Amino acid sequence: MRAPCVHPLCTAATQHFGGEPMKSALAVLTVIAVLVAFWYAACVPMNIKGVLVEAERAGAEISTPGARDRRDMSEVGLVLDNRFAIPATWAQDRPRLPAPHQVGIELWKTTLGKKITSKRSLVYHGWVTLSATLLGFAIGTGLGVLLAVGIVHSKVMDMSVMPWAIVSQTIPIIALAPMIIVVLYSVGVQGIIPKAIISAYLSFFPVVVGMVKGLRSPDHMQLDLLRTYSASNAQGFWKLRLPASMPYLFTSLKIGIAASLVGAIVGELPTGAVAGLGARLLAGSYYGQTVQIWSALFAAAILAACLVGLLGLIEKAVLKRMGMAS
Amino acid sequence: MMLVVMAFGVWILGWWINTRLAEGPNAQTRAVKLLIPTIFGVTLLLVWELVVRGLEVPLVILPAPSLIAVRFAGSIPILWVDFAQTFIKGALSGYLIGCSAAFLMAIAVDRWEFLRLGLLPVGNFVAALPIVGTAPILVMWFGFDWQSKAAVVVVMVFFPVLVNTVAGLRETTAMQRDLMETYAASYWQAFFKLRLPAAMPFVFNGLKIATTLALVGAIVAEFFGSPTVGMGFRISTSVGQLALDMVWAEIVVAALAGSLFYGVVAMVEKVVTFWHPSQRG
Amino acid sequence: MNTEPNTQPVIEARNLDLTFQTNDGPVHALKDVNLSIDKGDFVSFIGPSGCGKTTFLRCVAALETPTGGTLSVNGMTADEARRNRAYGYVFQAAGLYPWRTISKNIKLPLEIMGYSKSDQEKRVKDVLELVDLEGFGGKYPWQLSGGMQQRASIARALAFDADILLMDEPFGALDEIVRDHLNEQLLHLWARTNKTIGFVTHSIPEAVYLSTKIVVMSPRPGRITDVIESPLPKQRPLDIRDSPEFIEVAHRVREGLRAGHADAA
Repeated sequence: MRAPCVHPLCTAATQHFGGEPMKSALAVLTVIAVLVAFWYAACVPMNIKGVLVEAERAGAEISTPGARDRRDMSEVGLVLDNRFAIPATWAQDRPRLPAPHQVGIELWKTTLGKKITSKRSLVYHGWVTLSATLLGFAIGTGLGVLLAVGIVHSKVMDMSVMPWAIVSQTIPIIALAPMIIVVLYSVGVQGIIPKAIISAYLSFFPVVVGMVKGLRSPDHMQLDLLRTYSASNAQGFWKLRLPASMPYLFTSLKIGIAASLVGAIVGELPTGAVAGLGARLLAGSYYGQTVQIWSALFAAAILAACLVGLLGLIEKAVLKRMGMAS
Repeated sequence: MMLVVMAFGVWILGWWINTRLAEGPNAQTRAVKLLIPTIFGVTLLLVWELVVRGLEVPLVILPAPSLIAVRFAGSIPILWVDFAQTFIKGALSGYLIGCSAAFLMAIAVDRWEFLRLGLLPVGNFVAALPIVGTAPILVMWFGFDWQSKAAVVVVMVFFPVLVNTVAGLRETTAMQRDLMETYAASYWQAFFKLRLPAAMPFVFNGLKIATTLALVGAIVAEFFGSPTVGMGFRISTSVGQLALDMVWAEIVVAALAGSLFYGVVAMVEKVVTFWHPSQRG
Repeated sequence: MNTEPNTQPVIEARNLDLTFQTNDGPVHALKDVNLSIDKGDFVSFIGPSGCGKTTFLRCVAALETPTGGTLSVNGMTADEARRNRAYGYVFQAAGLYPWRTISKNIKLPLEIMGYSKSDQEKRVKDVLELVDLEGFGGKYPWQLSGGMQQRASIARALAFDADILLMDEPFGALDEIVRDHLNEQLLHLWARTNKTIGFVTHSIPEAVYLSTKIVVMSPRPGRITDVIESPLPKQRPLDIRDSPEFIEVAHRVREGLRAGHADAA
């Protein structure tokens, strides 16, 4: 028996959320509603000081005049004394915390409301990040699967490389990202390749570790059965090990693609890249464009959810075809 | 050119030794199992050193391991200050806050069915998202110092620990729950005597995943703004100055910190879940 | 057999029904079950799977709620009896907590029920002796064999003051030799403690060897087809199984099972 694996991405697909889908849907919607309500409520104290500064400039009567005097006052007290300002906290230009609808509108405007070739279109920025993610993910998983096959078939490789692959999971290898970008830039490589390399190595190790586990998942009885047929190594691989590894492969693919996306986003930070979701985050934080940061963040979240969801669908279809779906 | 040929030779030699060891009669002993990856690591370092010297790779592309070691030894005070800022203040405090918050939340989620049904899918969803992206927002709210890094870490570790703990608390078998029922045990009696101990392997799984995430969060958050100290800060500024030996020295620190942190949690796990089949060996 | 002045049965079921609602329609797990069990009885429930023998035991333990009829345990409802900790329950598997030693496992119900520390120690010592596990108190469950684990789980059910012992195929997972040994020990234990025992099994020899009363059940719907009062004496060496009386009772049980099977088919 192995230690339990409950990486959030493993469990997402396999957990059953109670027998009643209606009840779980209701529960999920309730939780989301509570979160949104909490978000709106949080906007009020978070933005009140900024709103009061603007209101004062516009000539409104404020309980405590003078931004400096208000600096050390509690936000909640200010809200209570200046209730007229509450609606304004949800409609500021550069709020500390934008309200959900502001983020929603910005997302709408920058995706469907803009031509996708525009520099301000999130679809464009999303594609820049996505293409690097996918390229890196393809390279990383391809090499990862190859190495896993090597490890399972060669004892030397297993004993030399596997411990390092496992250790690599415990260290923040993403710290290498800025260096890779800059070094490749200095030798004239830029654009999609450096980001894809970061994406590749972030997805590489989870795939190696997961795939080795999967290829080793057949038990003794299954392996002995093939031995009684005097099957060759290759036959054992194609007929038993590879099919048996599929559930493990998909689990690590989902972990890998999420890591790849993080890699591509982080890869856009150090050079001050002009395009990509990471660049939007960075530019937004330079210029205090909070609405832009939040919408880039949500775009990244939606992208991640779509990628993981897509892999989940493929997993379901493949496992069903193989008769392994639960 | 001589050196490159030597590098090739070293590689062949290392691989040959490892092949002999792996095929040899003592392959399953503990010593050999440690020795083989060590030889592999050392071989890699030697090849790296020889190739960099042999091809005269410029420092700004890839420094030789010996240069990195010299830089590491010569910068221990700076590395230590960075380590304290990023790891102890940022990662560790965020880790402790995030994990305890997630643990308490998991208990609440476990207690109320409705909360579990609603929050767990949301938690699973959020755990898959690129949460490091919240770094610019949190840096804006909590300032450049370690508090914002700790906040990023809190957000990053929260969901994996939550999801794992909730799964663990539900891990008991029907029979174990029935046994508690036959004793007419109260909710909290069943919680402390059965569900909490049974959940521990899962809790630690979450805690181990969170160690790496904590370090990633603390370092990446520094790319969005930091005081003039910290591992992420040093990496990004040294990269800018093309002082790659310093970058590598910080990466060595990050690797050591990451594996030690993980190792410590894994050791505590071994003590707490000594009874679990995966620990009994 | 019954020495108590009070002649009320310890467990009494009248017209007991239990229907589970499943996706394939209702399943009659128990239908019109009538049974009374007196103090000190050793009652076995035998029948093919799906006959409701385990379900009936779980109703007595208030782990299931009947959908019709009445069920009294010690003169109260089953749930009140559970809250009063009227019985100890032994499951199919030992289900010992791997993080507790054998002693600590036996203490588990005692801790929950609030026995004093010194009382706990004494009881653990007593029941370990009762099930022949002296000296194993400090071991962890995974360090013991399956038979020893099951003995420890019986000790756990005996540790507190409950005069009913409910056992759900407790020896089902053990091999024949260990099983014989534990059966013999269980009879000794029953003689020493004078508990009322409800015992689910699918082994005919086991049921006949152990019981004063054998309840034969059959499935679809789960019901009682025969109740056999055993003529065997209370003292039963293992070789009683070769005696004509034993074979006679076993024969009647087998006939009962076959009849139930014929109805169902």
